[in-house]
Amino acid sequence: MARAFTPKVVTANALVEGDAVYLAADGTWVRHLCQAELITDEVRADARLALAQAQPTVVVGPYLADAVAGADGPEPAHFREDFRRKGPSNLFHGKQAERAAPQR
Amino acid sequence: MYQYNDFDTAFVKNRVAQFRAQVERRIAGTLTEDEFRPLRTMNGLYLQLHAYMLRVAIPYGSLDPAKLRQLAYIAERWDKGYGHFTTRTNIQFHWPRLSDVPDMLEALSEVGMHAIQTSGNTVRNVTSDHFAGAAEGEIEDPRPIAELIRQWSTDHPEFQFLPRKFKIAVIASEADRAVMKSHDIGLRIVEQDGARGFQVWIGGGMGRTPMVARLLRDFLPRADLLPYLEAVLATYNRLGRRDNKFKARVKITVHENGLDEIRRQVEAEFPRRRAVFSGVDQDWLARIEAAFITPSLSPRDTAAYHAARDADPVFRSWCDTNVAPHRRADHGIVTISLKAHGQTPGDMSAEQMRLVADLAERYGHDDIRVSHAQNLVLPHVALTDLPALHAALKPAGLATGNIGLASDLIACPGMDYCALATARSIPVATGIAKRLQELKIEHDVGHLQIKISGCINACGHHHVGHIGILGLDRGGVETYQITLGGDASESTEIGTRTGPGFGYDEIVPAIERLIFAYLDLREAPKETFLETYRRVGMTPFKSALYDEAAAYAAE
Ligand code: HEM
Ligand code: SF4
Repeated sequence: MARAFTPKVVTANALVEGDAVYLAADGTWVRHLCQAELITDEVRADARLALAQAQPTVVVGPYLADAVAGADGPEPAHFREDFRRKGPSNLFHGKQAERAAPQR
Repeated sequence: MYQYNDFDTAFVKNRVAQFRAQVERRIAGTLTEDEFRPLRTMNGLYLQLHAYMLRVAIPYGSLDPAKLRQLAYIAERWDKGYGHFTTRTNIQFHWPRLSDVPDMLEALSEVGMHAIQTSGNTVRNVTSDHFAGAAEGEIEDPRPIAELIRQWSTDHPEFQFLPRKFKIAVIASEADRAVMKSHDIGLRIVEQDGARGFQVWIGGGMGRTPMVARLLRDFLPRADLLPYLEAVLATYNRLGRRDNKFKARVKITVHENGLDEIRRQVEAEFPRRRAVFSGVDQDWLARIEAAFITPSLSPRDTAAYHAARDADPVFRSWCDTNVAPHRRADHGIVTISLKAHGQTPGDMSAEQMRLVADLAERYGHDDIRVSHAQNLVLPHVALTDLPALHAALKPAGLATGNIGLASDLIACPGMDYCALATARSIPVATGIAKRLQELKIEHDVGHLQIKISGCINACGHHHVGHIGILGLDRGGVETYQITLGGDASESTEIGTRTGPGFGYDEIVPAIERLIFAYLDLREAPKETFLETYRRVGMTPFKSALYDEAAAYAAE
């Protein structure tokens, strides 16, 4: 019996900056989870992951992370991805601080 | 403080140049990540949740003002203006860009610092007693021996690819302030029949299989140290399991082969090693001892100190918690708390670093230490200078008087930074500290060590906390398991699990219930939490944790 596919995003760390990045529908890397492509079938997920893995000078360690559809794009399914998308909870650093001045 | 020689300097500069080329090749794509990872970890560079992390070695936790100022400069120039001191007395920068790391390493090398062997399956930073050279009851300053081991193990060709990381601690007194028995090898300098030598302890460790080190040799003559350590490492290199990362630490090698068999193999290897050394290491040691500048302390009047104690209860209270007896009665050992209530344990801003560097110059004979409890120490301060020191620390948020109290807790970075984490640890630590401050009970509670790790790797020492907290992921929810009765001192013990874990919102109230249960159970205020636990056992604490929670829920 085929199991229902849990929607996913492709995510990784940027090679130089080291921060969390996500693969967008147009194939570019974006800084915020809400801009990522939410992938809803397994064949596409594998293809997008392969595309990410072929870019070792841009990103490190790409993987598929579970996500859910939200009003403003993908939302994390697990608290680890929630921290990756926001930044640390003890200091206002990382993405949560950058969001005031979003990059691309 | 030990002064590096030309060889050390050239070696470190060389490594920086090598690493710069490696980073360039990685960015250009001629090195893959698989090829680059071991190279970067050899230089202390990790990739974390939000950024890279650079771990800088602070050998046996010893700093001087120039080094601390350079760390402040690096924090401001390439990071976010702060650094994080760790339980292995290193410092971590949590936000560097890959392309900036060679410059950071270059800046470190200017003050004789580096990040070599702060990662990887090598001999890691050798740690020691943060009161070394100042403590009462110490046979000698253990740091020259720690430095000897550092020099010998740095870039040692035979031991760059051990089965797993290898951690060594050296102490020289009965009191263990370095968690010596939780190290792969713990050395205690002892005296027997008028001769100096070492007790050699092996196989301690935390992680998923916590173990207390066992005595491998009760007296190793002083001159035999390096050949003996080589024999131990060679034996481990041969027997240690490379098939399973979780069974690769020497504690498992000892457990699986038996202490007697390990000892037999070490003793068989030892004469071969000793023949090769032929005493050169003793020349090194003599040079190191000569290069270790210990401050000469002139006698100081203490009247002003006593007057300030009488006049200012805040100062008095700070002295009572944060100043330990010095071997000289007119001096004290000052611990500067990096645990202001609500602050991240071990974090220090660049301005604070500069202030402490200045104060160490003015009052502390240029000597600064990092403690495994994530605080800084000024080991030689005249009592008469304490009022001025305290007054200078206060406006910088560095005068918290809580050393050894419940809010002086250890926490690893956890899921706020660490890629391996299963839950957060920092906000649990700050949550407990803030609650203690609201309740204003920690001086009444007295000595209590709470230690928190964000996963089973146990970087936050939770196994040896009087109260240990381990953050786990249970079905996608942060869950915290409590252990009681751990002990990080010379009577090292691993704590015992209380039972089911608590959710993120429940863990601070649960710790509060434990503390109130202790206040009810203790026979007298001087009976510590650990002593009470040892006397009454787990049951009443369990009941406070679980029955009271159930009672509240039913209300
Ligand atoms: C970059 C983040 C870190 C990573 C990836 C990391 C990784 C690990 C791992 C995998 C272990 C278990 C080793 C084993 O049992 O084989 C461990 C243990 C340990 N780490 Fe970390 N760690 C990190 C940060 C820290 C920090 C910040 C500290 C100090 C606060 C620290 C101090 C320790 C200590 C004391 C142990 C336990 C002692 C032992 O068994 O070796 N680590 N770490
Ligand atoms: S204990 Fe786990 S979460 Fe904490 S620093 Fe170590 S590896 Fe990271």
